[in-house]
Amino acid sequence: MTENDDASSRPTVADRSLSAAIAVDHLVKVYKQTRAVDDISFSLPRGSITGLLGGNGAGKTTTIAMIMGLVLPTSGRVQVLGHRMPEESAAVLGRMNFESPYVDMPMRLTVRQNLTVFGRLYAVNNLAGRIAELADDLDLTDFIDRANGKLSAGQKTRVALAKALINQPELLLLDEPTASLDPDTADWVRAHLERYRRDNNATILLASHNMLEVERLCDRVIIMKRGRIEDDDTPEAIMARYNRTTLEEVFLDVARGRVNGAKEATR
Amino acid sequence: MTDISLHHGISVHRIGAMILRYWYLLLSSWPRLLELLYWPALQVITWGFLQLYIAENASFFARAGGTLIGAVILWDILFRGQLGFSISFLEEMWARNLGNLMMSPLKPIEFLLSLMVMSLIRLAIGVIPMTLLALFLFHFNVYALGLPLIAFFCNLIFTSWSVGIFVSGLVLRNGLGAESIVWTLMFAIMPLACIYYPVSVLPAWLQYVAWTLPPTYVFEGMRALLIENTFRADLMLDALAINAALLVASFGAFLALLRSARKHGSLLSSGE
Repeated sequence: MTENDDASSRPTVADRSLSAAIAVDHLVKVYKQTRAVDDISFSLPRGSITGLLGGNGAGKTTTIAMIMGLVLPTSGRVQVLGHRMPEESAAVLGRMNFESPYVDMPMRLTVRQNLTVFGRLYAVNNLAGRIAELADDLDLTDFIDRANGKLSAGQKTRVALAKALINQPELLLLDEPTASLDPDTADWVRAHLERYRRDNNATILLASHNMLEVERLCDRVIIMKRGRIEDDDTPEAIMARYNRTTLEEVFLDVARGRVNGAKEATR
Repeated sequence: MTDISLHHGISVHRIGAMILRYWYLLLSSWPRLLELLYWPALQVITWGFLQLYIAENASFFARAGGTLIGAVILWDILFRGQLGFSISFLEEMWARNLGNLMMSPLKPIEFLLSLMVMSLIRLAIGVIPMTLLALFLFHFNVYALGLPLIAFFCNLIFTSWSVGIFVSGLVLRNGLGAESIVWTLMFAIMPLACIYYPVSVLPAWLQYVAWTLPPTYVFEGMRALLIENTFRADLMLDALAINAALLVASFGAFLALLRSARKHGSLLSSGE
């Protein structure tokens, strides 16, 4: 379903999208006069971790929101785990999950109550066992019966991650998963995500401003600027192409419009 | 966990999960629980004494014992029914939890059904003690209305859900800036629903408008029962038919507003 009816008559996404975790095809989102996302296409294989990079207003959050079905595309299409979003969302929402700074876990409920509610929404088998497992994995035990509103930022992030993992999702969408965390907690969260991907062959798409995080976690990076894809490759290939040693330097090149010069120097 | 699904994939488990969420929420704050009792009790005490005073000084009201206090109780079912629905919805907006719910397998119809159940629970907490107060302080037993009370209750609660569904859609689309509609829309209905006076009091042209509102039929029916000892089944059936149309229309409006919210990205920024 898109805003434009003619979108449904577009050619179907290539067959490879059926096996891809996410297939985005000529996706456009226009808010009044602003093209927040401007004709982007990409496909993420299952079991991959991909970083979505870009400055503020680059279109990362809107892209993720369209993948989740929270925002309708103006045109183009999205397939998640082989199903069109949002028309077939009922078939996939139970198999994916997300964490975002734009949403909170209810503050007045305890951690256990929140996880119980979301576990039931996702029809998790042996819910008490799953909550105990997550509490153990994410070190929630000490505050599992405390109200979410009384937790520190780091504790809240771990709880949000527990909610995102409650249904053992095949696809995990993360928007700034380590924002406002101290380096130790952030590192701990990254290690957990790496472990989760490895153990479950899960696909992870994460939007982040933390270049070290992206370098460490991601086997592919998509750089966005003003709603368009500026570059799309492995972190190593992108750094080589821009003749840079860190993604942060690449990010600054892209943000400050030094893209062509940097690319030119490598030719 | 075995998922119990009804027709069209409606899951009892997911509805139960949402009711559990609101139940936890209700129990987490004793001031909010107290507030559920406080306003209905204040209403019935104020209007109960007014009814006593008028009954002592006016022969009509002495004959029509209970019409004021009965109207107050039925109005509270209508008003608190809608508030009970809408406040549970607003809790998701205040908690910035809507994104979590919209991204979960919870369907809009399941969300609305859980809000309906919560409106009944919150109503029971507030209105049952209110009816007991009316009984002990003013010897007005609303339960003595018997089976007609069920007809009155059903029609009022259906209207309250229709209004609740519609205003929830408006808040979903426009954010918390539209919150005041939740608290005030039902008061726009109040003068036309003829709670404390008969429809015949209104100017002729306004009577046509009044008869488009299901609560008008209920309050006319209540007066017929208390003053003339007559149960007007015809009024209740008319109200039921309008309520059915209102419920379908409000659900359609909710889905349209939800789609509009998705189109404009309102679900990502559910603040003011």
